[in-house]
Amino acid sequence: MHLSTDPWVWVAAILSLFIFSFLYKDNPLYKFAEHLLVGISAGYYLALYWHNGMYPNIIAHVKDGNLWYLFPLFLGLLYFAIFVPKYAYLIRWPIAFLLGAGSGIAIPATFQASIYKQLEGTLLNPLNTYPSALAVFNALLIFFGVLLVLTYFFFSKEHKGVLGATSRVGIWILMIGFGASFGYTVMARVSLLIGRLHFLLGTWLGLLRF
Amino acid sequence: MNNLIHKLTHLNRQTIYGILALGIILPLLFPLRLPEHVSPPVQRLYDYIESLPEGSAILLSVDFGPDVLPETYPMFLAVLRHAMARNIRVIGICLNPAGIGLGLEGIQKVAKELHKQYGTDYVYLGFKPNLGATMLGLGEDVHKVFPTDYYGTPIDSLPLFRNVRNYNDIALVVSFSGASHPALWVAYANARYGEKIAAGVTGVMAADYYPYLQTGQFVGMLAGMKGAAEYEYLVEKLFREKGLPTPPPFAIRGMDSISIAHLLIIVLVIIGNIGYFMERKQKGA
Repeated sequence: MHLSTDPWVWVAAILSLFIFSFLYKDNPLYKFAEHLLVGISAGYYLALYWHNGMYPNIIAHVKDGNLWYLFPLFLGLLYFAIFVPKYAYLIRWPIAFLLGAGSGIAIPATFQASIYKQLEGTLLNPLNTYPSALAVFNALLIFFGVLLVLTYFFFSKEHKGVLGATSRVGIWILMIGFGASFGYTVMARVSLLIGRLHFLLGTWLGLLRF
Repeated sequence: MNNLIHKLTHLNRQTIYGILALGIILPLLFPLRLPEHVSPPVQRLYDYIESLPEGSAILLSVDFGPDVLPETYPMFLAVLRHAMARNIRVIGICLNPAGIGLGLEGIQKVAKELHKQYGTDYVYLGFKPNLGATMLGLGEDVHKVFPTDYYGTPIDSLPLFRNVRNYNDIALVVSFSGASHPALWVAYANARYGEKIAAGVTGVMAADYYPYLQTGQFVGMLAGMKGAAEYEYLVEKLFREKGLPTPPPFAIRGMDSISIAHLLIIVLVIIGNIGYFMERKQKGA
C-alpha cells in the first residue's frame, strides 16, 4: 500500500467520498461537494469561453481595427435585453438570427445523414448483394422491424384488426430496443463506479497493481 | 424458504450498494482476466487504421469530459497507441470544454511512451467553441479554424500541417463522446465532405449509434468500457508482436468487475421478480 503524496489526489479522493456519502443519505458534506462543483464549473466555463471564444473571435479583431466585429457582439448583447422590460422584444433579433442560420446549416445535413442514409440502409437489396445468410436475416429484421414500429405510431386509425396486431409486434420490438439501451446504460453506470473506485483504491490508496 | 425470499426481496438499498461495491472492488484487487472477444464494430475500426499507409494523418476529437472518463479515456488512449505505434500522424482537437486537459494529458502520455515528436508526429490543437461551425470549417481549411495550436504556436510553422489543409488530407476522424458529437460529425463531415468517421461512445449512447454502423456512416465503433477493453486487447497483441512494452490494460481489468456486477444485478432482478410473484400469489390466496 502506497498512499499518494499528491495533495490534489487527496482533495479529489475526499470530495469523491463526500459525494458517495449521499448513497447513505443526504448530508452537509455531500451538499458542500455538490455546490463546490457547481461554482468551480461556472468559473471554469466563463474563463474558457472568454479565452477561446470571446477574445479571439471578437475582441482581438476589434483591437486590430475590424470594427465590423462589433455587430455580432451587439447582436449577442441583445440577449440581455430581456432584463429591461421596455426593450425585452429586442431579444427576438439574436434568436431569429440563430434560428435562421442554425436551421439553414442543420436541416440539409441532418436530412442527408439521419433520414436519407438511414432510409437507404433500411431498404432491402437484391439477395446476391448480401455476404451471408445472417446478413439477409438482419436486413429482413431491420426492414420489417421498422415497418412494424411505424405502424404503432400510426394514430389516424384505431389499432384493431391487422393494424392492432402489427402495432402490438411493433411495441415488442420497441421494448427490445429499450431493453438493449437500458442494459448498455447499466454497464455505463457500473463503468463510472469502477473508474472512481480505481482512483480511490489505486491512485489514492495505492492498493492496485496497475 | 418463503421467509428467505421475502427477506431478499426487501433488502434495503444500502445493502444492495454494499454487495455491488464488493462485486466491483474484489475483481479490481484480485484480477480474473476473463477472456476478451472482439466484436465486429471494434475490429472494423482497428482494421481500417491498420490499412492506412504510414504517415497518414487522422484526427482524434476529444468530445468527452471527466464525467464519462472511465469509458472514453481508455478507448482514446488505445486508439492513440495504435495510431502512433503504426507511425500514423495524429491531430488532436477538443470539442467539449471539459475535456481540454484530458486530451492534452492523453496525447502527451502516449507520445512519451512511443517517443513521438510534437509538431511532426502529432499536434494538439485544443478547444474550439461552436461544434457545427468547427466541423464544417475543417472541411474547408484547418489553418483558418485553428490558426494556432493549443500552445499558441501558428500551425503553419508545424511540419505536420505542411500537407494537411482539410478533410482531403485527413484519413479518418474518430470522435470520443458521451453525447451527440458523433452524429454531428456524420452530418457535417461525412454527409457534406465524405470524410470517414468512427466513434468511441459511452454505453448510454451506444444503442443510438448502431444504425450508423449498419449504413456504413461509421467505419467502426467502440461502445462503452467493453469496446475499450476489446481495442486494448487488439493493441496489446500488436505491441507484443512489435516487441513494444504493453500498456496497462485499464478497461480489460474493468471488465472483470463489470462481469461480476452484471451477474449480481441479474441475480437480484431474478430474486426480486420471484419475490414479487410469490407475494402476489399469497395476497391472491
